[in-house]
Amino acid sequence: MSTFLTATGLVLLAFFWQITLSGIQRKVTARIHRRVGSPWYQNFIDLFKTWSKSSISHGFIYDFGVLMALGGTIATLIFIPAGHIVVFDKLDNFFVITYLLAVGSLGMAMSAVGSGNPWASIGVMRALTQMLAYEIPYIMAVFAIIYANKTASIHAIALAQQGMGILGWNMFRMPLGVIVGFISLMGMLGKKPYDAPIAPAEIASGPLVEYGGKHLGMLMLQHEFATFVEVGLFVNLFLGGGTLLAFLIKYFIVYILATMIASVVARFKIDQLVVFYYKVPLALAFIQTAIVIFTGLG
Amino acid sequence: MALENEKFNEDKINEIDVNELDCRDTLTFWEKFGNIFRSKSIWMLHYCTGCGAMELPPTMTSRFDMERIGMAPMATPRQADVLLITGYLSVKTLRRIIYTYEQMQNPKYVVGFGSCTLNGGVYYDSYAVISRLDYYLPVDLYIAGCMPRPEAVMSGFKKLMNMIKKGEALGWKRYQKYYDWYKKNQVRALGEVYVKDEFHE
Ligand code: SF4
Repeated sequence: MSTFLTATGLVLLAFFWQITLSGIQRKVTARIHRRVGSPWYQNFIDLFKTWSKSSISHGFIYDFGVLMALGGTIATLIFIPAGHIVVFDKLDNFFVITYLLAVGSLGMAMSAVGSGNPWASIGVMRALTQMLAYEIPYIMAVFAIIYANKTASIHAIALAQQGMGILGWNMFRMPLGVIVGFISLMGMLGKKPYDAPIAPAEIASGPLVEYGGKHLGMLMLQHEFATFVEVGLFVNLFLGGGTLLAFLIKYFIVYILATMIASVVARFKIDQLVVFYYKVPLALAFIQTAIVIFTGLG
Repeated sequence: MALENEKFNEDKINEIDVNELDCRDTLTFWEKFGNIFRSKSIWMLHYCTGCGAMELPPTMTSRFDMERIGMAPMATPRQADVLLITGYLSVKTLRRIIYTYEQMQNPKYVVGFGSCTLNGGVYYDSYAVISRLDYYLPVDLYIAGCMPRPEAVMSGFKKLMNMIKKGEALGWKRYQKYYDWYKKNQVRALGEVYVKDEFHE
């Protein structure tokens, strides 16, 4: 029972926190563009509005995929330790999270292809290519952490970084690893240099092209939850989690930093992106892992 | 000649004042509740074939910044709430507009820019341009001017938001209720209107 309550609390926390942050992120982008920008609660209004509209179906796969994406992402979210809110202690394994997160992405891909729109197929193909690109350097950097800590439990890794003050964080113990992690995080979030899958002016927002009304609202919510999973994972792995307040502050800094970078850069083409990920971050991740394995530093 | 005239008369649009059409239902509580959100978050799809499109970039970017009242551009008709028709519509583009409008999700709104959508403007006697948009689509709001300046566009959007909040922007209900009348006018202008669906045939 208490597990159930904690899980509900975590989902509610993620809902309010991440959607507020999305609004703030729009504001930050606007300020960088020297605009006034929308109010911070704009994303709540957008979400509720999409739920109040009508929507159409393109068949069973189309509807089912949306539910699978949202459900899969919420299931992943429950495994993320947020400060001392840990729902499944000792079960929050890194590999469980990686596998479950794929359920969300695959649900979305399935549903988008089910809509039968060619832009959606192009977008899904790009999204999967991008996943292949960022995941290999990221996994490599995380392997270094798992090797150094001899555990893959996210909560255990976060706890191991506390105690020595700020220098105990993996960010300082593995400086190359955190660079790789951050570049991969930008790719996971689909932030600006890596937003080829949803390029609105080029392929009409890619996988989202056929969604309107309630379906679009659910996928927007899925995106917010997935963002919470990805940023939360980064904070736990590299910045040492901490109490709930510390977790949220770190989360805020990481997310806003990614937004600031995203608002001043242009978009990579999908082939440039793959070449980039397989060159710089992969090389850095190799060096980091080699240092950890052969010298024991970190 | 006389015969031709008669035939022409037969073909004429059955003039009705669209604003007099009655489509005011009583709003349920949930509709009123939804209208608050709908009025604060308007996603637009701009159909930029006319010259009025020139005034949209300054309205969207730093100078006038329409995001501060909750408006954002969207990529596809399915996601959008409001269809902006920025100027003259040739008969050829009217067909695309109708396809686009019918793909949008309810509730949906149409805003006509400039005198061309209102009464034909400088193209009032052109053979290739339709002169009154509200014969073909239910327009909720016109923004007058040739072309309307960004200030006028912004105040027009504010007005649209107020209309939505009060539940007065009912173009989409009018389109459903008087579909026959609209369809007849569309067919008269285009010859035929059908939505081609290549993927689900
Ligand atoms: S109203 Fe004037 S500016 Fe607008 S489309 Fe017509 S001619 Fe162009």
